[in-house]
Amino acid sequence: MPDAPAIEVSHLVKTYAGVTAVNDITFRVGRGEILGFLGPNGAGKSTTMRVLTGYLPATSGSVQICGIPVASQPDAAKRLIGYMPENNPLPEDMRVSEYLYFRGRLKEVSRRKLGPRIDEVLELCDLKRVRHKIIGQLSKGYRQRVGIAESILAEPPVIIMDEPTIGLDPHQILIVRDLIASLRGRMTVIISSHILPEIEVTCDRVLIINQGRVVAQGTPADLRREILGRSTYDVELAGDVSTLPSVLSAIEPTLEIAEQGDPDAEGFRHLKLSTERDAELGEPLLRALSAPGYRLRALSRAHPTLEDVFLAATRRSWDVKSPEPRKK
Amino acid sequence: MKHFFTLLSHEIRMLLVSASTYIAATLFLGFTGFIFTSILEIYSKAPQESSPAEDFFRFFWFPVLLMVPMLTMKSLAEERRLGTIETLLTTPVTTTEVVLAKYGAAYFLYVCLWGSTAAFFFVLGKFSGDARLLDAGPLLGGYLFIAISGLLFIALGIFASSLSRNQAVAAILCATMIFGVIFGLSWLAGSSALNREVLQPVRLAVDYAQVLVHRDDFTHGIIDTRQLLFYLSGTVLALIFSILGVEAKLLHS
Repeated sequence: MPDAPAIEVSHLVKTYAGVTAVNDITFRVGRGEILGFLGPNGAGKSTTMRVLTGYLPATSGSVQICGIPVASQPDAAKRLIGYMPENNPLPEDMRVSEYLYFRGRLKEVSRRKLGPRIDEVLELCDLKRVRHKIIGQLSKGYRQRVGIAESILAEPPVIIMDEPTIGLDPHQILIVRDLIASLRGRMTVIISSHILPEIEVTCDRVLIINQGRVVAQGTPADLRREILGRSTYDVELAGDVSTLPSVLSAIEPTLEIAEQGDPDAEGFRHLKLSTERDAELGEPLLRALSAPGYRLRALSRAHPTLEDVFLAATRRSWDVKSPEPRKK
Repeated sequence: MKHFFTLLSHEIRMLLVSASTYIAATLFLGFTGFIFTSILEIYSKAPQESSPAEDFFRFFWFPVLLMVPMLTMKSLAEERRLGTIETLLTTPVTTTEVVLAKYGAAYFLYVCLWGSTAAFFFVLGKFSGDARLLDAGPLLGGYLFIAISGLLFIALGIFASSLSRNQAVAAILCATMIFGVIFGLSWLAGSSALNREVLQPVRLAVDYAQVLVHRDDFTHGIIDTRQLLFYLSGTVLALIFSILGVEAKLLHS
């Protein structure tokens, strides 16, 4: 099935001993797409990823990797996936190159191709210097990169990484980010992370889950619009604030003062303006506020981060009541 | 079974770089060496009725109780503790292959260690110059017994390791199970609890499952297929339970 999406999950449910970890999740990921998987701790991210890899069986629902159902053809599906689990477990007493060789053989890379391919991934992940070191003696950053190298080793069409950048320093995060970005278009990648700017920079699309349910999905820009819905402007202004609302509504009817600070020694106060309109209002604001009676010191449009979206989306979903479970 | 040999060679290498293997080997050779020299001392004082090989294998249970837990405790328990079982089982390998590879590696080492005690008899033969001390029958029978009973003991060790993620718990469980199979069954055969009419089939079964009797039979040159079947079926059962143990833990992890 060459046209099947890389990952198709429909109505996935996973319960452990009566606790529902994943509750009716449906999503699909196109080929070559990079999907960010967000959610608070215990939201069901890792469980979903484990079901995708065929490590855990689903309670109900279906998962297809490149058109191959994981439940009925686990072996075929596992050949299509490179997986790096949470906390990146590695054997302590193997050398890096030995480990990669062993994993390559298990993933059915032919002996002839394996040697050059190991050199390639060592180069890609900047591991050449430690290739003969014992994994147990490596620092966290190196271990993390060994895990990433291992997951891309067999060049699978789908790569699943559970928190790949955890414990890395900013420089290493940059390397990993570039590495993941370089896979765009060639491999489908799902990464989960708590570092939201990471996801924002690398991912084409974001999926936010909470309490086992998808609460939002789309591109970071879509999510901002959908979840937050308003644009805000930060203004530092001196002058009579009581006449300001009429000035603002002349520019845009929905523009209003959301927050208002106290004036400082020079009479400037910080204001937060919010509007439902998405288009840029900077220029009309600048013109209106430079009128006599006002002194303007700063004006900027606030860019809500994915963090705000994440907080808003997960907070919103706490209020959502779960639908009645289907009776059997 | 495509990946079995990849896994097996990996497991053997992992056992060869692990400290617990060398501790097990040192203890094993120390104890067997001690037993062997004690036997030789007794022989040097007075002529004995049995051959040294027969006496040597009489104490087989002691090194087995020490060595088998040390060779097997790490196998599955460590994989689960570190979480590497997750990366292992998300490649196209089956649980059966993983368990069999671990079993194969531990058994290979077990046989190698016992095989190294053949050097004792070689030294004895070379320096005593007395062919009567090296009776081929009990010697071959004894080693055959060790090889066959080892199948079951190692399988029990792997099973114990599949039940816990703590190596110490796995080791104690393994030693207890082996002790139960060797001495528990012989105690049961001797106890009066099975004398009732209803329990006759149980008594019959227990009478067949006497590891110490099997050892005597083997060293006397009697190879009974019923005994072979006992070890083989026990091994298969323990391995099936190990595979189920690993998979059950996955379902409830």
